[in-house]
Amino acid sequence: MSTVTNAAGYLENLVQSWRRPPAASLFWLDQLRAHAMNSVGTLRMPTTHDEEWRFTDISPLGRLPYPAARAAPKTQFSDISHYYLEEAIYRLVFVDGQFAPDLSNVANKADAIIGNLSSLITTHGDTIARYLGQLAELQNDIFTALNTAFLHDSACIIIPQNVSVTTPIHLLFISRQKEITSYPRCLVIAESGSNVTIVEDYVTTEQAAYVINSVVEMSLSDTAHVNHIRIQRDNQQAFHIGNCTVALAHASQYRSVSITLGAHISRYNLNVALAGEGAECTVDGLALISGHQLADTHTFIDHAKPHGKSRQLHKCIVDGIAHGVFNGRIMVRPHAQLTDSSQLSRNLLMTNKARIDTKPQLEIFADDVKCAHGATVGQLDKEEIFYLMSRGLSDLTARNLLTYAFGGEVIDRIAIPSLKKQLEEIILARTQIS
Amino acid sequence: MINQNSKILLEVRGLHASVNGIEILKGVDLTVKCGEIHAIMGLNGSGKSTFAKILAGHPAYEVTAGAIIFNEQNLFDLEPEERARAGVFLAFQYPIEIPGVANNQFLRLAYNTIQSQRGKEELDPLEFDDFIRDKMKLLEMNPDFLDRSVNEGFSGGEKKRNEILQMALLEPKLAILDETDSGLDIDALRIVANGVNQLTNKDNATILVTHYQRLLDYIVPDYVHVMEAGRIIKTSGKELAKELETHGYDWINAEKSFNKTGVRL
Repeated sequence: MSTVTNAAGYLENLVQSWRRPPAASLFWLDQLRAHAMNSVGTLRMPTTHDEEWRFTDISPLGRLPYPAARAAPKTQFSDISHYYLEEAIYRLVFVDGQFAPDLSNVANKADAIIGNLSSLITTHGDTIARYLGQLAELQNDIFTALNTAFLHDSACIIIPQNVSVTTPIHLLFISRQKEITSYPRCLVIAESGSNVTIVEDYVTTEQAAYVINSVVEMSLSDTAHVNHIRIQRDNQQAFHIGNCTVALAHASQYRSVSITLGAHISRYNLNVALAGEGAECTVDGLALISGHQLADTHTFIDHAKPHGKSRQLHKCIVDGIAHGVFNGRIMVRPHAQLTDSSQLSRNLLMTNKARIDTKPQLEIFADDVKCAHGATVGQLDKEEIFYLMSRGLSDLTARNLLTYAFGGEVIDRIAIPSLKKQLEEIILARTQIS
Repeated sequence: MINQNSKILLEVRGLHASVNGIEILKGVDLTVKCGEIHAIMGLNGSGKSTFAKILAGHPAYEVTAGAIIFNEQNLFDLEPEERARAGVFLAFQYPIEIPGVANNQFLRLAYNTIQSQRGKEELDPLEFDDFIRDKMKLLEMNPDFLDRSVNEGFSGGEKKRNEILQMALLEPKLAILDETDSGLDIDALRIVANGVNQLTNKDNATILVTHYQRLLDYIVPDYVHVMEAGRIIKTSGKELAKELETHGYDWINAEKSFNKTGVRL
């Protein structure tokens, strides 16, 4: 019961740090925030008694009622330039959730609208109002409600009809202050026939605890293509709750790769609604964790219309006494005939104290569908280790190479060379420690 | 090539070994000198593959008695990777597929590990690329195999060529080829055998483990041993393989009975 008290106190404390937004802001935005704040009042913090949170005990978060971030510290280009992706022309940098225009490269032109909410709301207010806060679950998810109540800055990306943005758009969310909560936010509107790649990247310069509560909403109109790469590389004291909701219209395609490396406790909810006929998604993930880390990925792929296709590969490499959680829910609704879906969860336990909970969850209400799923949990293959050792590699080198290869399969699906290289280096370094 | 003055490379005495408590090897004796090629033949289940894996240090087998001296060292003192570095090489009957590890990355890592152990120069990726392409010509291998995952999606013949490619890279003192001929068509067999022949010299030795005589048409052994029920029951020259091919393995048993009783059964 102490958890509940803690959690209640946590919410109260957070709400106290809520500030009335500047008076100049738009009526509808004020209403959205107020509405979200009302939701916060009706919701409570989840506990392990809630099915959706069964394996992920976030009670430690209840002891950290960190207020919303104060003004972000001055951040120099040199502090963060090593995170920049050479392929990315457009970059939006947020420090503790607050937009940093000096470090960003925005666009507001016919073929790309990429910037912060406060400026784009004046030029594209109507479009933004139609989507912002409309996809994410304000009513049922306490974290989404909190994020929306605190909504101030937000990455906004609008890709007009039939426009292909050939270079990736880099959203760099940097944590600089300790013991604060930041509320990163992102809205992507991909109009029909458009094509865009977005990198959502969480990094930090600090080694102390902070909380991130992020919300991403993406809308894909007919035949739009969105590539979404999400990298969570917070420090190992951080808490990170991320929500992403994606809605796909007719024949649109969403591809995502999410990589979880950091945070003491992290939870990523990815909800993909195939709401138009012939929509397709590929949802891949890799969690590479060690020490006391807990990384939880919950995905929900909702086949609502016929001829949809989904592909999913989720991998966890769990070292030390870390704990990996994967829940992959796939729903095929009654009218979603000829759905083609496959899901694979593969997990590697590096020690006998490491833990994995993996749960495929298929709910199929249509009768003419193809749905495959599988899950494996194991250690490194002894025959593979022996094979490598018989060629002169040490036991440790053999294990490192095999672990690296296991994660490499997911990293390989990232088509941005500089980012791939950064990740390969991180994973190489990590697999060499264990 | 038999040369009585050659140094003894491998000396196996009274080797007993078991897996999961079942005794497979029941007293194997074998002496291999530098420059020699030995063939170990026998039916499935006779213990010949077990013997090959034990030489390489496979952890699934427990040695319960006997001794193996390799190049004046107690082989049992060496871990599998130390054996490899000391010059023992096993070409696997079923080479392992390793998805996600690029073949060239694996080959370079193995090569450089062995080179540094021998106090020789390691190669960077560019130097290695030239070096390996040259070796691949020996086995008529397509360079595309460098970029693929180790053995993944390789045909049976391609896997065996990849094994011999590793042998060419690592230049072992003792190469043990476990059923290298199985799954090879006649062209692939000729290519693989030709590769092995080019790698043998007066300072190294080869043990061919095989069920069939076919391979021995291409790699001519100095000695042929027949293994049965975990022991070597007969040793002779290369003509033994021909006789086995003609008469079958039962012939040895018949001959044994003849020797014991003086009457051909």
